[in-house]
Amino acid sequence: MARTAIPGRLTKRAGWWVARLVDRREETATACTLVLEVPDWPGHLPGQHVDLRLTAEDGYQAARSYSVSAPADGERIEVTVQRVPDGEVSPYLIEGLSIGDQIEVKGPLGGYFVWRMTDPAPVLLVGGGSGIAPLMAMIRARRAAGSRVPFRLIYSVRTERDIYFADELRRRVREDQGLDVAYVYTREVPEISPAQAHRIGVADVNSHGWPPQLEPTNFVCGPTGFVEAVSDILVALGHEPRRIKTERFGPTGA
Amino acid sequence: MGIVSPGFQGRRRPAEPNLPPGQYLTEDFPVLSAGPTPRVSLTDWEFVLSTETGAESRWSWDEMWALPTETPTVDIHCVTHWSKLGTNWRGVSVDTLLDGVDTAADYALVHSYGGYTTNLPLDDLRDGQAWIVHQYDGADLPAEHGGPARLLVPHLYFWKSAKWVRGIRLGLTDEPGFWETAGYHDYGDPWREQRYQGD
Ligand SMILES: Cc1cc2nc3c(=O)[nH]c(=O)nc-3n(C[C@H](O)[C@H](O)[C@H](O)COP(=O)(O)OP(=O)(O)OC[C@H]3O[C@@H](n4cnc5c(N)ncnc54)[C@H](O)[C@@H]3O)c2cc1C
Repeated sequence: MARTAIPGRLTKRAGWWVARLVDRREETATACTLVLEVPDWPGHLPGQHVDLRLTAEDGYQAARSYSVSAPADGERIEVTVQRVPDGEVSPYLIEGLSIGDQIEVKGPLGGYFVWRMTDPAPVLLVGGGSGIAPLMAMIRARRAAGSRVPFRLIYSVRTERDIYFADELRRRVREDQGLDVAYVYTREVPEISPAQAHRIGVADVNSHGWPPQLEPTNFVCGPTGFVEAVSDILVALGHEPRRIKTERFGPTGA
Repeated sequence: MGIVSPGFQGRRRPAEPNLPPGQYLTEDFPVLSAGPTPRVSLTDWEFVLSTETGAESRWSWDEMWALPTETPTVDIHCVTHWSKLGTNWRGVSVDTLLDGVDTAADYALVHSYGGYTTNLPLDDLRDGQAWIVHQYDGADLPAEHGGPARLLVPHLYFWKSAKWVRGIRLGLTDEPGFWETAGYHDYGDPWREQRYQGD
């Protein structure tokens, strides 16, 4: 369907914006970034999420939450979706939605798991699997603003092939001053890696995070079990609970 | 009706009259919290109910569970769209705690170990609608689900059912809590889909 500019078009009804899929990028074999155009989008902060709603022919609806993975860019927003096997919504978002299709969006939502550029505290980002999505929005927002706030990312993935935004992260580490990235592999390590495959532990957080004395802001995002484990480690290492912000994506550990 | 998504089937289920709009059924028990899970020792645990005059009633862990308990079986609805039907809890009715408390308050601010708060009208805590629970499905409530004890107010979205509950402050004015300050609805009725401010 070609996009036509209709004066006074209805861009939002009952709190839901009508968006259109304008582009998609494969991140891994099972994850995809969707670029949506949302007319009159008011903008969002890095870390916020949206609800996406699908409607079947007979009116049946299903909605799920997705973090915005890039900073606000006019009317365009990006979400990065991991395909959950047998999931109701995520497989459709990845395979069923075609360029030009419309979808309903509510948001921006959530005002707590948010990085504010005016906050000078160093930042630790800890992401598991698709939990990288809102953290990537923060990394990109930092870059876009030319911020010098020191950032560290610990990214837990099953294998090297499961890294989202792999090329961009490599480039960011080279070009963005004050951004460090460390990977933890839970299933299979890259050939050159000295470490064994393991789940994230105290040693990882201790060597790649900030000491609590620096009073960093810690953002932890991923599957529930991952977030529980990492936030417990941060508390045990002496970080103030209120400096640990969490977003739990789903019920399973990974 | 929304914008039709071509070819979207959804997970066809038999019609479920107990499912509020925009919710889906889950067999899991997902977790929503803004920070780390606080660990509270039972020897230090206490529950404080205070009124608008500053009068306080306090219960230690042992005192709380010496009160008569009930075993509500209720449906719970999280703002992140999942619902779980027929969940089993054990706890003390908030009516029991309010019994004999002299107050003219209309509002309650519930506060938790770890600093979480949530607000609701006091009427929503009365008349068998709310409990302080310490058991889920016949076992001690796990910390990530709010143990050792949480509030249970199942007729509102589940963020109102404060985990790691520590007390309730009654007041004459409405004071927004943690998620309510962060853009979530002040009341949170799942049947009216009051998820966010303005819904
Ligand atoms: C605030 C918030 C932000 C989120 N941001 C993102 C994001 O940026 N990217 C993203 O991909 N997802 C994100 N999620 C998760 C997303 O909302 C859905 O839960 C997920 O896409 C699964 O939906 P589904 O309909 O495909 O599966 P469902 O039909 O809901 O579930 C199918 C099965 O998979 C299990 N399951 C559900 N969710 C997960 C999960 N996350 N991991 C593993 N198993 C699961 C269920 O228990 C069930 O057994 C976010 C969730 C929240 C609450």
